[in-house]
Amino acid sequence: MASIATDLPIALADRREARIAWLLAAPAILLLFLFILLPTLAVLVLGFTDFELGFGGFRFVGFENYAELIGDRTFRRSLSNTAVYTAIVTPVSIVLALAIAMLIEAETRAKAFFRTVYFLPVASLVVAMATVWQFLFHPTIGPINALLAEFGIAGPNWLGASGTVLYGLAIIGIWQSVGFNMVLFLAGLTAIPRDLYAAAEVDGAKSWFERFRLVTWPMLGPTTLFVTTISIINSVKVFETVKTLTEGGPNKASEVLLFTIYQEGFVYLRVGYASAMTVVFLAILVILVFLQYRVLDRKVHYA
Amino acid sequence: MTSLSLGRVLRLSVLSLGALIFIAPYIFMISTAGKAQSEIFTSSLSLIPEQWSYIENFTKALSRVSMTTLLLNGVIVCALIFVVQVVVAIPCAYAMAKLKFRAARFMMVLVMLGLLVPIHATALPLYVAFDRLSVLNSYTALVAPFSISVFAIFLFLQFFRAIPDDLIHAARLDGMSEAGIVARVVVPNAWPAITAFAIFSAVAHWNDLFWPLVVVTNQDFATPPLGLLYFRAAEAGDDYGALMAATLIITLPLVAAFLIAQKRFVEGITMTGLKG
Repeated sequence: MASIATDLPIALADRREARIAWLLAAPAILLLFLFILLPTLAVLVLGFTDFELGFGGFRFVGFENYAELIGDRTFRRSLSNTAVYTAIVTPVSIVLALAIAMLIEAETRAKAFFRTVYFLPVASLVVAMATVWQFLFHPTIGPINALLAEFGIAGPNWLGASGTVLYGLAIIGIWQSVGFNMVLFLAGLTAIPRDLYAAAEVDGAKSWFERFRLVTWPMLGPTTLFVTTISIINSVKVFETVKTLTEGGPNKASEVLLFTIYQEGFVYLRVGYASAMTVVFLAILVILVFLQYRVLDRKVHYA
Repeated sequence: MTSLSLGRVLRLSVLSLGALIFIAPYIFMISTAGKAQSEIFTSSLSLIPEQWSYIENFTKALSRVSMTTLLLNGVIVCALIFVVQVVVAIPCAYAMAKLKFRAARFMMVLVMLGLLVPIHATALPLYVAFDRLSVLNSYTALVAPFSISVFAIFLFLQFFRAIPDDLIHAARLDGMSEAGIVARVVVPNAWPAITAFAIFSAVAHWNDLFWPLVVVTNQDFATPPLGLLYFRAAEAGDDYGALMAATLIITLPLVAAFLIAQKRFVEGITMTGLKG
């Protein structure tokens, strides 16, 4: 378009374009600094202070907060509860989601109906459905224990006993996340070329399981990795059900990471100490995402 | 294909049984919302109320906490968040995707870092700052931290890159300004991404309990999840009939929206599935 002799107008136009670009991006950059970068840095700094809301000053205490964390029994309980919850919810919801996705994928007619039903919990208000689950889990009037009683089984006090509360919460967590994972698996399954199955069959993969092992599972690799990471991160972030139903109880049996941070920071207002906990929480997220990239780099390239 | 082979019967049975388990909570919610207190305590497995107490339970639910305020707050907060997010993110993503923008790479690093940081991590300093500025208990407090969605920038960026450069050059030759190009060329071409993001953003913020819980202590600004929490606190006993009625009222809008626009919902959530 432009002739070679007119370098100057081009440079000018370039500079004008750069200026417009800055202008268009400026609000986003400003807000990003204000609401993401600055607060994140502030949390790192606050983690080294004894700042408490309501008290004027604060002083730097070095690693004192972190030293306290190591000996804090509530925090350790909270970490291990979060780990147990994640260790139950993630694998179960992934296996269930994959199984349901494969069954739905093989179905011809009622696909849309089943997809809708299993996805419904994802589109429902968590706090509201947690309340319904509380009723379902009710030790005396709840339908679950009433059903168990029909078979002569004395149901536990699901959310009220320290031995079962995490399992109760995990069941709710699984119910909530299966639909989401299923939809991602369905997208992954649709992307597998049909002729791969035909080829596998020609090569002697006669049984359903052989075809799954040779085609479906490896081809779903990237989807599975992605679903796994998201599931773990979401499980680590469990908060709504705990806050609504158990408040960390009974006897700290359902104390989880975000709930403990919430209690320390926003109820007891120990901002410095809660910031140190937040840093641990952030570190866990960073490690998870870093691991995902590492695995992604190494293992799941087929193309 | 559609003949009922043994395998298909088995498959359908398993899927149906699973489906039944998945919708059981909804069935019990609807059933219990219509039962009188005494009936709830005696026969929890029967689904159809002997005495229809829907009116009593719904009246109770509506009188304890102002449901209309809650739902209205939910709509206002979600709408404000979405509009601001899109207005901020689209020009930025356009600049990064289509203009000669030296800082684009640096911005990309910021966006990737931002994707890692959830509201739970930034909540403490933001709370302290909002407290100092005395803006707690306001729509500003509920909306401001979400005005920037790095995820929106990320999503729109992918989408804008696919828009042909020729289209934009042609618009420039027609004398359109860059802002005009964003509004009249880029946005109309990005509708699928914008609807997907709308659904993602609305579901996330309609559901969010953590941040409203932190910044709101006044019922007038409570969002639906927070309102339900207040309702539960006020309803200290085991009045599950009223509780289920309240739950039903609060769950209905989003579920109805989902049932009406299922395909878009599933697409939106899959497309935006990147974000936890």
